[in-house]
Amino acid sequence: MSMTSTQIKFVLNGESVSADVEGYETILEVLRNQFDLYGARESCGQGLCGCCTVEVDGQAVTGCIYPAMHADGSSIETIESLEEGGVLDPVQQAFIDCGAFQCGFCTSGFILMSRQLLRVNPSPTEAEIRNYLSGNLCRCGAYPEIVEAVKLAAARMRAASI
Amino acid sequence: MTTNPVTPPNAISGQIGRDVKRLESRDKVTGRTDYTHNLVLPRMLHAKIARSTVAHGKLRSIDVEAARAMPGVHSVITGADILRIIPNPYYGPAFHDQPILAIDKVRHVGEPVAVVLASDPHVAEAASHLIVIDYEVLPAVFNEVQAALSSAVCVHDVLKPAGTFPDLKHLEGLSNTNVALDFRVRKGDVDRAFAEAAHIFDDTFRTPQATHVPLEPMITVAEPGEDHLTLHTASQSPSFVRIEISRLLGWRENQVQVKTRMLGGGFGAKLYIKLEALAAALALIARRPVRVALTMEEQFFTITKHATTFRIRTAVDANGIITGRKCEIWWNGGAYADIGPRVTQKSGFTASGPYDIANVHIDSYQVYTNLPPAGAFRGFGITQVVWGYECQTDIIARALKMDPVEFRRRNLLKEGRPHPTGTVMKDAPLGLVLDRIADRMRWSEPFSHGTEKLRRGRGIGIGFKALVAPTTSVATISLQGDGSCILSLSTVDMGQGSDTAMAMCAGEVLNLPAESIRVVRPDTDTTPYDMATLGSRSTFHMAHAVRLAAEHILAQLTEMALKMGVPDRGSAGAGAVMRLTYGMPAGTVVGTGSFIPPYSSPDHDNGQSPDITPAWMLGATGIEVEVDTETGHFEIVRMENVVECGTPINPKIVETQISGAAIMQIGMTMLEEMDFDAEGQLRNASFAEYKIPGIHDIPARMGCEIAKATQSNGPFGAKGVGESATFGVASAVAEAIQDAVGVRLYSIPLKPEALYRAMAKARGETLPDDA
Repeated sequence: MSMTSTQIKFVLNGESVSADVEGYETILEVLRNQFDLYGARESCGQGLCGCCTVEVDGQAVTGCIYPAMHADGSSIETIESLEEGGVLDPVQQAFIDCGAFQCGFCTSGFILMSRQLLRVNPSPTEAEIRNYLSGNLCRCGAYPEIVEAVKLAAARMRAASI
Repeated sequence: MTTNPVTPPNAISGQIGRDVKRLESRDKVTGRTDYTHNLVLPRMLHAKIARSTVAHGKLRSIDVEAARAMPGVHSVITGADILRIIPNPYYGPAFHDQPILAIDKVRHVGEPVAVVLASDPHVAEAASHLIVIDYEVLPAVFNEVQAALSSAVCVHDVLKPAGTFPDLKHLEGLSNTNVALDFRVRKGDVDRAFAEAAHIFDDTFRTPQATHVPLEPMITVAEPGEDHLTLHTASQSPSFVRIEISRLLGWRENQVQVKTRMLGGGFGAKLYIKLEALAAALALIARRPVRVALTMEEQFFTITKHATTFRIRTAVDANGIITGRKCEIWWNGGAYADIGPRVTQKSGFTASGPYDIANVHIDSYQVYTNLPPAGAFRGFGITQVVWGYECQTDIIARALKMDPVEFRRRNLLKEGRPHPTGTVMKDAPLGLVLDRIADRMRWSEPFSHGTEKLRRGRGIGIGFKALVAPTTSVATISLQGDGSCILSLSTVDMGQGSDTAMAMCAGEVLNLPAESIRVVRPDTDTTPYDMATLGSRSTFHMAHAVRLAAEHILAQLTEMALKMGVPDRGSAGAGAVMRLTYGMPAGTVVGTGSFIPPYSSPDHDNGQSPDITPAWMLGATGIEVEVDTETGHFEIVRMENVVECGTPINPKIVETQISGAAIMQIGMTMLEEMDFDAEGQLRNASFAEYKIPGIHDIPARMGCEIAKATQSNGPFGAKGVGESATFGVASAVAEAIQDAVGVRLYSIPLKPEALYRAMAKARGETLPDDA
């Protein structure tokens, strides 16, 4: 612990943890450097592409500009928490089934945003899907397959909840 | 699985054409994909680069004292330090022109000048801002035509070809020039064609400097050992990196190990040497692992797509037949040649388009300027030449009052006809691709141009690309004691699905499901040589090598079965034959495949070659736009793409390659342009100001089609597809705009402001700030 660091406590993927963080550190750096979680990644570094998406208290945030100190007392979920007992989340499965990624660097962010969309709107229209995901960028241009994957996941989740 | 006692080498077992999900799919949706971006090594130092702030200047001094004094800084490295371990630290695939860190001079804004090393990347960055670089600013040149025609400003004192490419030899030692290749094609008598023409057209088209911005920014981690160096790098060309780094160090190739992981996108950015030479030098100086990782902003200064000026003159006879074409293309290569001279040649020789023209004259110039270097970018120059020749094709059809599809059909190069280089066209069904795009657009049906406020228009564009040669690919397959297979190859999977496609090709021959074959990621210590993953070449060249390696395995199994006196059951009996041969579940059998296609390089004086490429890749796009005539804003309401790639190996992934390529080219067509000021300073090096296509930029209707065809000399009838859907996009959008509102734009990106100004001009209005 350096003279300028602060200890924060938070729940990470269901487990209580603590970390010593500097004022300039982002939550993305802390997750990668102190917890070896690599599913969120820095790409644009400006919160514009969504590759660094993680959930703080159930809300997707851009981890590359989210100060780690703000995470004190919060609950953080990352892409790594979605698979349970070897079973994928329906959104993850739909992304595979629709081929909704190429290089995969942006995929964690798209999946987390899609899950958040389906939590607030279980039956989104195509326009609503596009609006909700407009803050995530995919340089491979897998957008058509991503839209299909969100539709497929929504249909499967609705069918499962009946 | 079959139990056919004799498996012929090319037995169709149903892998080709299957819908196989990417083998790494589960890793990609769970965040576990192994990118070089994630690599952490013990005692690793982080490097932060201090970059030139001027476009052209002599280095008077570099003051690193304050940076060196900052607590936590390991060291500060400049060009002088590099020279102590690498006496001739200039690299590049075509010219040895690029210094690892600037020496004596800087040649573009953003050029690396010094590096801070520290255990903490924040310390390295803070200290890099304390480096004071003093320049004697020199006049700079930015425009490619100006730089080619005048030697008032020369970016390099002397040209230094690398020696790899015979057609650059004549440039050795030249000074007083910025032209780093003058490629030409000469066919027939162009002057006579123009003298006898019924119609002559003369237009100039421009494309801007743009950039790749793969979402995994470039990264290399160098790990020094005793007389050995390992480079972990997000590279598309591990074999080239090994060769070039061992050349720089004066080492044997087996002292440099290059390992790649999954790439977070490439698009041509991660080819040849990018950060590897710098990382290698830093690690050898520091004697510790060094991570050189770029930010998104830094990628803009590292490698770009050539800006071009393309003057195209065309002679047409009274029957609407193109009789002559003169093409002059100036490629803005920036300060270092990178692979630009190959772009200039390979795309240059196709610049008269996929048309049967008796008289052709092409001059294609690679030009040095004081801008960030330009190299390979998805399409390798093809999108720039198609933009010019297809725009003019539409202009001609309009002038002759001919339907643009009919005009193209009348002039297309047919099977068996010679291309302007003399190579006879084969397996290039241009007519089929044109018919398919016209059919998908319902071209012959009536088309509504919408309302006065919202005008609609449509256009189509078609282009072709020659597969790269000369080239070599090698693959090995090793058979384990239980008969399972490991495929080793240096093709880099950067999202295109090559691991999956190559496993399918091996499985096709071996009669095994692709999912059961383990694919080894490139590691030059263990995976064999491959030229590089570029230019849609892997599906042709590497798949041939994989096919041959698999056939070699089958041949050895046959021999082993014969020796053991058991029936040859191919891969189905492999485990049993291995047990019999080795007396227990043990041993290794290796199959090797090596592929070198036939090729004749073009003649220096006239560009003629009897065999300039092993295969042609075809793509066409149809566009409908809706233009708001009050604002100039327009939207692509429909996009159709047709490619011809022979037999699609993994059709679902081929479809995503088509749509992905087309979407990337929508960015080039409508959004992307590096914006330099008069001093060569880049004003938009971030996603805040340099917009790439987002989900709202995708056309409401988008269709993709794989034309039914076979590449007769291709592996399993296949050829590549990663670039083909980029070809026809830009010109089709420009034509659709003209069809809608009657004005023609000559430069991409086609921005609403430019369209508004053109419409205002057409109405005779002068806007207050018209340039």
